[in-house]
Amino acid sequence: MIKVVTKVLAFSGLLLTLLPSFLVFSGKISWGLHARLMLVGMILWFVFATLSYRIRRI
Amino acid sequence: MKSRKSLTARLDALYEYDREPVAPHKFQGIGKFVSTFAGEHVAGTEFVIGALFVARGVSAPDLFLGLLLGNILAVLSWVFLCTPIAVRVRLTLYWQLRRICGPYLTFIYSLINALMFCFLAGAMISVAATAVGLPFKMPMPGLEDMFPTSVMWVVVVFLVGAVVTALAILGFERLAQFARICAPWMFLVFVAAAVAVLPRLGCTSPGDFWRVANEKIWTGVPAAGQSPFTLWHVLFFAWFCNMAMHIGMADLSFFRYAKKWYYGFSSAAGMFLGHFVAWICSGILCAAADVTIAPGPVAYMGAGIAGAVCVVIAGWTTANPTLYRAGLALQAATPNWKRWKVTLAAGLVTTIAACFPALVMKLLDFVALYGLILMPMGAVIFADFWIFPRIGLKSNHADLRGTLFSWPAGLSWALTLVFCFWLPLEIFFKGLPGWFVALFLYIGLSFIEQRGRSRAPLEERA
Repeated sequence: MIKVVTKVLAFSGLLLTLLPSFLVFSGKISWGLHARLMLVGMILWFVFATLSYRIRRI
Repeated sequence: MKSRKSLTARLDALYEYDREPVAPHKFQGIGKFVSTFAGEHVAGTEFVIGALFVARGVSAPDLFLGLLLGNILAVLSWVFLCTPIAVRVRLTLYWQLRRICGPYLTFIYSLINALMFCFLAGAMISVAATAVGLPFKMPMPGLEDMFPTSVMWVVVVFLVGAVVTALAILGFERLAQFARICAPWMFLVFVAAAVAVLPRLGCTSPGDFWRVANEKIWTGVPAAGQSPFTLWHVLFFAWFCNMAMHIGMADLSFFRYAKKWYYGFSSAAGMFLGHFVAWICSGILCAAADVTIAPGPVAYMGAGIAGAVCVVIAGWTTANPTLYRAGLALQAATPNWKRWKVTLAAGLVTTIAACFPALVMKLLDFVALYGLILMPMGAVIFADFWIFPRIGLKSNHADLRGTLFSWPAGLSWALTLVFCFWLPLEIFFKGLPGWFVALFLYIGLSFIEQRGRSRAPLEERA
């Protein structure tokens, strides 16, 4: 279960990295919001991808 | 009495565990090769290369067609030149070269390779420094800057260099694992940053892209003081920027774990994600920043803090293995030195080199030079493996005769480089004729050497 949750959170980090840029491109969100969402995406990815990697090694 | 090991013994000790061909149970599936290529070719330098294409005034059709053809040729070079030999001999480049050229020439090759690695790692440290300096309002070097531009630049480069060197000494393995985690995220940052700045260039729908690409990004007009790039420049650069790895055969060490020769096609993952998509993205970012080359500010403009962090991580994660390899190659030349001391020395050379923005601003030329210098040894390996058995010459001659320095290989290497530097062509185009020159020189000189040796006993008898 923990394995699945960490993977889902890690991939949601990647989604938050990419998706906002397309919303900026289509004029739906501002650049500032996009940059903040990318920051959140980065944190999610690094925390949960690292955790997921460690769980896999255990 | 203090005993000193010979140079040959020291070199061999470094590569002791790679002495035997890879055993079948250690072969890897194609997924491992795809992910390694995809990770390694989305690096800090990608931020600079795509931007330099814009500065050199490539037109949009030339860029897209040149990258497509050049990357296909690069993949085919891995598939048909490097991988077939790798899966047959299953040895590292070091041991393969040692069998052909003897330990002394292999040592010289390792030293030159190490120096090149230091400069390459230096470029990556410079790239990272442009992002680290952002919060301090550090003046960024421009396209024409070849020497350190400010005291702050030198301080920041030394800080980044110190951290990269310390990490290479303390925890190379951990950092390699960290780099694998970073790879998919870094690629997405490239794409996201480029997509987010497209509206600033007047592109607000996919239908606008080609018009904006031609009018505002790859306009065909070079920046002041830059020589223009054509389709041929892009094609040959994309093909030869990893020349040391495919035509130069450095990836023998990597592909010796491949089950089949066609695993060479896995290089397409690195070429088309890194050397196609990432270069296009960094070109878009550069154009949106009014042809600014410094990757830190450009990435920040596209992706905010995540972009700046991406530049730092991209620089660190690629500089570290490069520095580690440089340290490994240098270790043979420094008897009784611990690995950490060698890596520290390599780190110092790298950091000093990184202080010079020329390394980044002239990255296209440096990358081409790097491949060109190491390419002749790839031709030597190719001739030795495929051609010699067909024309009655002995392969791995240095190993058979116990020669310390193969003069046909050494002379072929030196004469090819003399020919290439004399050739009145731009550096990007010298590699192709140079490969054929190296090939024919090595065959001719080996013929003289081997026939001379086989005739010698007869003359003595007469």
